[in-house]
Order: sequence, then structure tokens, then C-alpha cells
Amino acid sequence: MSITPEEVSKTAKLARLSVEGEEAIEVAERISAILELVEQMQATDTQNVEPMANPHDAVQILRKDETGTLPDLIAQRDKFLDIAPETQDGLFLVPKVIE
Amino acid sequence: MKALHNQSISELRQALDNKAVSAKELTLHFLERIEQFDSEINSFVTLDAEGALAAAELADQSLSKDGAKQGLLGIPFAHKDIFCTRGIRTTCGSKMLSNFVPPYDATIVSKIGENGAIHLGKTNMDEFAMGSSNETSYYGDVKNPWNKDTVPGGSSGGSAAAVAARLGVFATGTDTGGSIRQPAALCGITGLKPTYGRVSRYGMIAFASSLDQAGPMTRSAEDAAHVLNAIAGHDPLDSTSSDRTTQDYSADLERPLDGLRIGLPTEYFDARLDSAMADTVLQALKELEKLGASLIDISLPNSELSVPAYYVIAPAEASSNLSRFDGVRYGHRCEDPKDLMDLYVRTRNEGFGSEVKRRILVGTYALSAGYYDAYYRKAQQIRRLIQQDFTAAFAKVDIIAGPTSPSPAFKFGEKQTDPVAMYLEDIYTIAVNLAGLPGMSVPAGFLNEMPVGLQLIGNYFDESKLLNVAHRFQMTTDWHEKVPAGF
Repeated sequence: MSITPEEVSKTAKLARLSVEGEEAIEVAERISAILELVEQMQATDTQNVEPMANPHDAVQILRKDETGTLPDLIAQRDKFLDIAPETQDGLFLVPKVIE
Repeated sequence: MKALHNQSISELRQALDNKAVSAKELTLHFLERIEQFDSEINSFVTLDAEGALAAAELADQSLSKDGAKQGLLGIPFAHKDIFCTRGIRTTCGSKMLSNFVPPYDATIVSKIGENGAIHLGKTNMDEFAMGSSNETSYYGDVKNPWNKDTVPGGSSGGSAAAVAARLGVFATGTDTGGSIRQPAALCGITGLKPTYGRVSRYGMIAFASSLDQAGPMTRSAEDAAHVLNAIAGHDPLDSTSSDRTTQDYSADLERPLDGLRIGLPTEYFDARLDSAMADTVLQALKELEKLGASLIDISLPNSELSVPAYYVIAPAEASSNLSRFDGVRYGHRCEDPKDLMDLYVRTRNEGFGSEVKRRILVGTYALSAGYYDAYYRKAQQIRRLIQQDFTAAFAKVDIIAGPTSPSPAFKFGEKQTDPVAMYLEDIYTIAVNLAGLPGMSVPAGFLNEMPVGLQLIGNYFDESKLLNVAHRFQMTTDWHEKVPAGF
């Protein structure tokens, strides 16, 4: 199994990366080598084998859905806004999305 | 008397409690060593001398009071730069987080802090823990203290090198496919990856969430037990952390090994293992035999499939986890984005290094429509088979042993251009993560003057047994006490 430079570019777009031209050719070569390694799995019969997502087959534990108090929530929010690249009025700022 | 930096946690505990040394003197001793030696090995990304001295003062106040002292009170150590530290930059080895100062502590950080240990600084690592040589760090290569032309292993290479060079009493590490055990082996120290879920992952920057596990990197098994005592346990902030009760991991260290059954997987000792490596590891196993253990051949028939399955599961989980780095809420952001898509793409292209991008691409591809069953589902089925191999083996033996890595430390650049060769570096460690078992690496000898690690694999939540076997081994051998020349 190998991947073409075009498929690399397309996959990169899905991952919000950009890999084009010469770089896509080189990356395709390296990823093809990885896919070749991964291909070894296909020789093993896994019919009726239950896929394993977690070592202890644990289920998701949920915490209680509790509300906090407004001043605490604002203090918490501000700690996270402080480290953001750009904020305005207590919100994260991004380039205009809707014209 | 042993130099302060060569003393064990127990020895330092006694020296601190008897006022033979103060926490401040001990902290200054290590800060001076970092100043003197770290320019040679680059094991730290960020130092926190000011914070360390303030913590040392608090520790000295506690030490002056009567009563029982916490195990790590006054002991200087380092955190891998993957753990969020409130107010201290946390880079995860990436340009993406070169300006990231977390507003909160990881659970392991608060637990070790509450225990009274002195945090010296953050250690270098492969970018987002993706690598086995530390060559993918944005902050430069870490050098192996045993030979500066060779890699320290990865991804916890900074932690391993710092402990080997005696720049801290211990360090924390994380292990997704071997990232504690392999650098521990290559730098001649002791590393423990606990059972998946034994130590909280809260505040540990995620790579592959179903495989990641934090653990101690120390000079001895006895020290590892002290650190594990401080960090193990359920955390309501990590829903995957186990609620099984913890043990006193120091309690069983000296238990005799009479009757212990050690399984040797034939797949780990076949013709592909370098014969000199095999001899070194078998020599170490003979020591355990002398201590009363019996060596039993076992088979892990699917172990060959662990690397292929891992290189689907880990990149798939990583591609999802790393989607959070988008230049909106924290970390790197590109200059003058023209629209939202440009902001995402340029931020990520600039912020991630090539190995990280490669793994995101592999993961995205494996999860994309039409490939999911052939890759991700198949890999999860193989994962089940690998777990079943271990379950069958543990019906016959108490622990499993073999090499930690296929060879001692290799030269810089040797495997960097060939991702598959680099991935095979973890051929003996990866299956342990897929199954979620605890594993250790213990210094077991030297080959061409470079350290060799013996890997010990235990059954679920049987960290005490691993530490017991490793400690008995270290009571009769002195590989773990060797210090690299010049340090």
C-alpha cells in the first residue's frame, strides 16, 4: 500500500496542514514506508476479534453536571484569556468568518 | 562519604532529617551542577532556580518542625516539559508551545509539589513526545552523558540524561511506546512505566490517550518506589485513571525472589537480536536466577505486530489530540492571517516539526473515510490479540523479561532520515503500552562502553513485584551506580 503525493496534499488539508509540491513527494515516500510496515497487520486473521480501545475495557466516567458561581467562572475564564493570542470583550478573537 | 548527587532518596531523606544538609544547600548543589554541566548535554529547556530556592526555604521550615516528614520533602528533581506547570513555560518540545505558560498544574505536578519535593526545571524531550532519540525537539538535541556523539533515547531523553548526569535526584517521564524505558536504558538509569491509569494524565499534554502513562525516572528501583508512592492514585480530573487502591510500593522491595518465575519471550531473543546484546541481557538474567528465580521460555506470538498496530493507533489518536493546536486559544499563532483557514493552516505548518506533521498525516489518513476498517479497526483487533498473548503468558509466569531496546545508544543522524528504522527502536517496549501493562528498564551492563537496559514486564497493577525484582537485582549488582565520566 502506498500513498500518492496528491493524497498527501488532500490528507494535509483535512488536518489543516499544507504539504504541496516537492515536499508532498518526499512526505509521500516516507509515509508509504510507514504504511508498508503497517500492512503487516493484514496477514493476520482478526475475524471475531473484539477491537480493544482501552487496556481495562473501561467505560467513560462522567462527573456531575454542576454549575459554578459567576465570579468564579469569570476568574477562571480570564486566566485562560490571559494566555490567548488575541481576545476582545472576554472572547477569543479570530479573523472574520462571516462577511 | 558519597557526594550529595550520588545519594539515594532514602540517604538524602536521612541527611535532611538529621540536618546534615539543608534543602537549600541541596537545591543549590543541583542548581550549580546544572549550571556547570547542562550546556554539554542540553537536558533542560527551562530552569526555575527562583521557584526552586523558594520551595527549598519552605521545605527547610517544614524540616525544622517535629514529626514525620513526607517522603520527598526537600528532594530536588525535574519535570518532563510535557506536564503543565502553573506559571512556568511548558513547551512539550515544540515551537507550537514556545510561549505557553499554563494557568494550572498537572495532577502529578501538584502531587509531587505537595509531597515537598523541589522542582528545578523542565526537561527537554522529543516534540510532543514523538521520537526515540530526542532529535525532534525544537530546543535542540539532548546529548547522552555516556557519549555525547550518541542520542539519549526518547522521548523522555532530557529526563534520562539529567538523572544520569546527576543534575537532579529524579525526574518525571511519560511513556506512550517506550518513552520512559528506552531512554532509561540508553542513559543507564532506572525507568518505570506504571499500569495504564495508575498515574493521572490530567495536565499531561496528550499524545495517544489510550497509551500515555507517566512514571518515575530514577537512579534505582528503591527511588522509583518512593516517587511512585507520591504520584500513584485515582484522580477525579482524569476519567481514565484507575480507582483501584494503591499500595506502599516500598514495602515489598526486599522480599526474596525464591520461586519467582520469569518468562523469556522467544520472540525477544530470536536471531534478530544482536548477539552481544542478547549475551548482556542473559548475563543479567543469570543474576536473577542466582537469587532464586527460574527462567521459563514463553511465547508472545503476536509481538511482531505490535509496531504496525502502534503506528496506526498512536498517530490516529495523536491526529485527534493535536487538532487543539489551532492558534486561537494559546500557543503559537501565525502573523496576519487572511482568514480563519489561513490562520489554522499557517499556524500549524509553522508550529509543528516534520515528524509531528508526518504522524498527524498518517493518523488522519488511517481515520479517513474508506480506510477506517482496514487500519484503525484492524489495529485495535491486533491490540486485543497482543493483550491475550500477555494474559496467557502471565498464567505461567510472574514477570516477563527481555531487552529494553535492540541496541545501546546510536549516533545522531543515524536513524533520523528513516522513520521505520526509528520506529523499530521501540520494538520491545510498544506491546506493553498496547496491553496497558507496567514495565521497567533497569541498568544491566555495558556494551561498547554504553549502558544496556533489562526490561521487566509485570501483570496489571503489579508494580510492587517489578520494583521488588529490580531492587533485589540492584542489591547484588552495581550497574545502576555507575556514573558517566566527567559528571
